[in-house]
Amino acid sequence: MTAIARHIDAKRRREVVTPEGVPLSITLATRGSRLMALVLDYCIIFLTVLIVTVSLIFIGINLEQLDSLDGGGGEFLLVLFFIAMFVLLNGYFIFFEMGPRGATPGKRMVGIRVAARPRGELARSGERLTAEAVIARNLLRQIEIFLPLSFFSSAGEGGAGSAWIVGSLWFATFMLFPFFNRDALRAGDVVAGTWVVEAPRRKLADVLSLASDESRRGVTDYRFGDEELSIYGEYELQQLERVLRDGDEKTLDAVHKAIVRKIGWQAGSGDERAFLEAFYTALRAKLEGDMRLGQRKADKHTQAQR
Amino acid sequence: MKPPVLRNPFAAKPLPEQPDIEAAALRSDRFRLEREGEWRRLERIVARMERGRIRGLPDEDIADLPVLYRQAASSLAVARETSLDAATLAFLEDLVERAWYQVYGPRNGLFRWLGGFFRGGWSRAVRAIWLDIVLAFAAMAAGVAAGWLLVARNVEWYFTLVPGAMAGGRVPGASRADLAETLGVADSAGGLSAFAAYLFYNNASVCILAFALGFAFGVPTLLLLIYNMAMLGAMAWLFNSVGLLPEFMAWLSVHGTTEFAAILLAGAAGVHVGRNMAFPGEASILAATAQAGNRAALVMLGCVFMLIVAAILEAFPRQLAGFEARVLIGVFMLIAWVALFALVGRRGRAETAS
Repeated sequence: MTAIARHIDAKRRREVVTPEGVPLSITLATRGSRLMALVLDYCIIFLTVLIVTVSLIFIGINLEQLDSLDGGGGEFLLVLFFIAMFVLLNGYFIFFEMGPRGATPGKRMVGIRVAARPRGELARSGERLTAEAVIARNLLRQIEIFLPLSFFSSAGEGGAGSAWIVGSLWFATFMLFPFFNRDALRAGDVVAGTWVVEAPRRKLADVLSLASDESRRGVTDYRFGDEELSIYGEYELQQLERVLRDGDEKTLDAVHKAIVRKIGWQAGSGDERAFLEAFYTALRAKLEGDMRLGQRKADKHTQAQR
Repeated sequence: MKPPVLRNPFAAKPLPEQPDIEAAALRSDRFRLEREGEWRRLERIVARMERGRIRGLPDEDIADLPVLYRQAASSLAVARETSLDAATLAFLEDLVERAWYQVYGPRNGLFRWLGGFFRGGWSRAVRAIWLDIVLAFAAMAAGVAAGWLLVARNVEWYFTLVPGAMAGGRVPGASRADLAETLGVADSAGGLSAFAAYLFYNNASVCILAFALGFAFGVPTLLLLIYNMAMLGAMAWLFNSVGLLPEFMAWLSVHGTTEFAAILLAGAAGVHVGRNMAFPGEASILAATAQAGNRAALVMLGCVFMLIVAAILEAFPRQLAGFEARVLIGVFMLIAWVALFALVGRRGRAETAS
């Protein structure tokens, strides 16, 4: 189960090298979360238009009557209204994605953002997200979404069946575009040189070896020998860290039993947490010490690599 | 045996409010505790920048941002080699990534950027795709000529080239008076507004389509330009046949010079993307497309602006102005656009170009 999850996660991982030469691992956003963000954004836009229209009616401006006013004034106002709508529809995405978060409100809610796709010789060096790229990827939205919609509406008026087919084909082509490339790029991303990634926002967790000092006070000191510490590798250490940070009693119990059995100790009870923290600290000290000497042990199945 | 110690050249002195560094059992935890203050400060600065409150930041924070960012990046590099604390590594990776987005993000907001765009970025982008503009212009001119010649030979072509909604009363065989009325001024503008709206809608979708079809190596873009201009050629022939060509041109030119310039630029942008996909040169296709796409996007944004201007011209002066005023407005707009593209932003090339 966890192996599969790790595999899927690894498929979305990309390595980008910053100009300082530090490799960063970036996680691509899932296609589902991007669709969700799109739906949220259009809900926001639709609600805005609705509120503006309703409040215009509320203050006594009826758009339908405006057209039939005498002279060109009413028509001029109508044109202005439609231009404002047009600017809102297109400017919304451009404005927010050009901001410091690189994400529209919908994308922020889902926890994703736009970033520049690395290009160049190695195809890894991180790039600056430019205003031009943001504009390009959002202009293509017109073609991906609104053009087929206009096909549909013209089909509705004229009753021509072929417009429906063309519109659907067009729509499907661009909607399925992200499924036919590795990086889940839509047509706008290809043209702009961008991709959509998960926005980083993990917080700094507490130091585990300090916590263990406090909770161990007054409890027996555990000492582990070299034998006992050379069973597990880095993968198990990270799983243990996660269990300790989650702090779920049942899991702690089960892990405690498994470790005690593995290293051949007698299982006690009552101070599982203290035992696990001590074991974690000792194991990490050993593995990190080996690491400095250039020896790494990935998990319990592998021998230490020199 | 004592393992060798990796020293961080940027390592900061431990901050006074962290008394228990020595209490940490692990060397890697001590490494972390020594630098934690700097990381948290960087996190605070980045969080404020993300909220868009860069103006509220004290000067020393902004001055320290690049230094803090580099320290965090080098901490990450060291931690990767010495620490197995997954949570700290994950935090550092995210912190460096976030700071990287801020340090290397879009420099200005939308409005500052738009300022630079109108003061030269747009004109430079237009000048950069001059070859594609020439190609698109040739296609459009060929379209007009083809439309005129086809209809001149056989009037039946008119109904093929000009769709019914567009034609209205403008059909071959209509009297001179009827045709003149379709070009009428304010008092007879009743039916005209619908036609004008249709024309705007048509031209806007032609613009967007012309750009979009650049995806298919630009060929459909050129075909689209030819077809649409054939429509214009056919209509021009019709008005010429009753001797109303100058009036027709005047009627069209009010917003037409702006609108046709927009169509020309959109077509050129499409051809530019298509041409770079077909002939990427040294770069990979994806990289070449992205580069051409960024340049074309600038041109397209300008097209949107031009279409908005055209729509305002369409809704307001076209129906109210007389013959001379129409020609004047049309010619003035044409000269203004050409001057904008040819002259603006010749200096300060590096600002927004790349």
